[in-house]
Amino acid sequence: MSLRETVFAEIAAIAAEQEKAMPPITDELVMLDTEFDSLCFALLVARMEDLTGADPFSEMDASDLPVTVGDLVALYDRAATRQAA
Amino acid sequence: MILRERLLAAGGLDGLFLSDHRTKKDLAGIVSGEREPAATAALAGRRVLLAVGGQMAAARAMIALDGLAARLALVPPKLAPEHIARIASDAEAEICVTDAGGPAPDTLAGLPCISVDDASRAAAETPRETEWALATSGTTGAPKLVAHTLEGLAGGINKAAAPEPGTVWSTFYDIRRYGGLQVFLRAMLGPSSLVLSDAGEPVRDYLIRVGAAGVTHILGTPSHWRLALMSAALDRLAPRYVRLSGEIADQNILDALRAAFPESRIAHAYASTEGGVGFTVEDGQEGFPASLIGTRAGIEITVREDSLFVRSPRTGRRYLGATSEALIAEDGFIDTGDLVERRGERYHFLGRRSGVINVGGAKVQPEEVETVINVFPGVSMSRVRARPNPILGAVVEAEVVLRADAGEDRIAIKKAIIAHCRPRLAGHKVPASVTFVDALPITSGGKLVRRGA
Repeated sequence: MSLRETVFAEIAAIAAEQEKAMPPITDELVMLDTEFDSLCFALLVARMEDLTGADPFSEMDASDLPVTVGDLVALYDRAATRQAA
Repeated sequence: MILRERLLAAGGLDGLFLSDHRTKKDLAGIVSGEREPAATAALAGRRVLLAVGGQMAAARAMIALDGLAARLALVPPKLAPEHIARIASDAEAEICVTDAGGPAPDTLAGLPCISVDDASRAAAETPRETEWALATSGTTGAPKLVAHTLEGLAGGINKAAAPEPGTVWSTFYDIRRYGGLQVFLRAMLGPSSLVLSDAGEPVRDYLIRVGAAGVTHILGTPSHWRLALMSAALDRLAPRYVRLSGEIADQNILDALRAAFPESRIAHAYASTEGGVGFTVEDGQEGFPASLIGTRAGIEITVREDSLFVRSPRTGRRYLGATSEALIAEDGFIDTGDLVERRGERYHFLGRRSGVINVGGAKVQPEEVETVINVFPGVSMSRVRARPNPILGAVVEAEVVLRADAGEDRIAIKKAIIAHCRPRLAGHKVPASVTFVDALPITSGGKLVRRGA
């Protein structure tokens, strides 16, 4: 599974578990405009750390905070590249 | 009331014993053995630090020193050197009773020492009331020293009734901790025999020894009992009375003990080093009946801001040492720091106020989550703690010990545990992650180690 697919799958799984109704997940989707709340987001970050070993949020500025799902995928992508380097 | 005088006056010590993993001693011999005036002179009226290795030595010294020393400060086992030094200082100790298993001499900062063998030969001609000082269990941070009287410590013990014939006590706890000291005093004030545990002894060996000694009355924390229930040696034990204290006794452990010991009285006690013995519940249900709120037998229990408050002659008198913190409020009540919640006619324990996990401002009691996880089939025990999280500050993380029969598919079990928690807990209390561990660390006081709690 690619990183993008992983992120999409985890968002969908968490939304289902937390009984959040989500529009179709796309790169352009602004996560916090949906029912995907801070708890869902916190769970997503914890699970991505478990899956990838990376926690890009702990080492970045507030201005870099991802807005869209696409931003989020890019963030984990960069973290994976750093890990590989 | 002086321990040794009471034992001498009680008579009927023949056949009673005190045993540990190494030796078995006649109680009569300990109480009425040879006396040594030089030892008496060294200890009479002094503030004494009792820092010995094992519990047998501690028991002998406690019997000799109650009524002789001005203050007797008990150093619990496995304490860090800096904490021992702190206790010696807080107790204003003038002399230390020690042995080969005690702390290294340089820990004691030049305090004069007397061997426990010599100290056990001391005896007062004109007894005085000794102040007892016990260390708080301190699952985090430095232990504090709480001053008690022997009357207060023994306040929950029925001293008028003779013990049931053949009573033999034992405790998973160390007798230098509040819970274990309750068992020591029950045995000594009975009087009855007592089997002592040893910190380094495997649970299996202890259970075999306890079974062979015919133990009838036994105390442990819920964590001690969970370990015992996982041991094949549990069937060596045939107790009449099973007591739990020191941690929240959840329904799971009460039911498991009921199934293991269908004929036994099973009691969970609410007690703490600071608050003394508050009450004991024997109806097999977790928590306690709301009817215990109020005054009975001189014990006043009340709930303020979800915390239990206790006022009674059994509570500690004050903290010793440099701390300016008051143990007892001006109105005489002690805030136990134990959070409770009323559900119908019953109060349930939610855990320590200090142990809360803060999930984005919403509080989580680890014990509340553990209680839910622990009833899941295949789970032996669990520990819940904060996992740092960049979004909410922290999320809930659970470490779980599975029973051997739990099955192999760890990923499926992990998902099932989380699914089990979801309808039973508010969303922020559901573990964000579950990890499986072979064992969880337990303090020498028998409680789960809660790092960073």
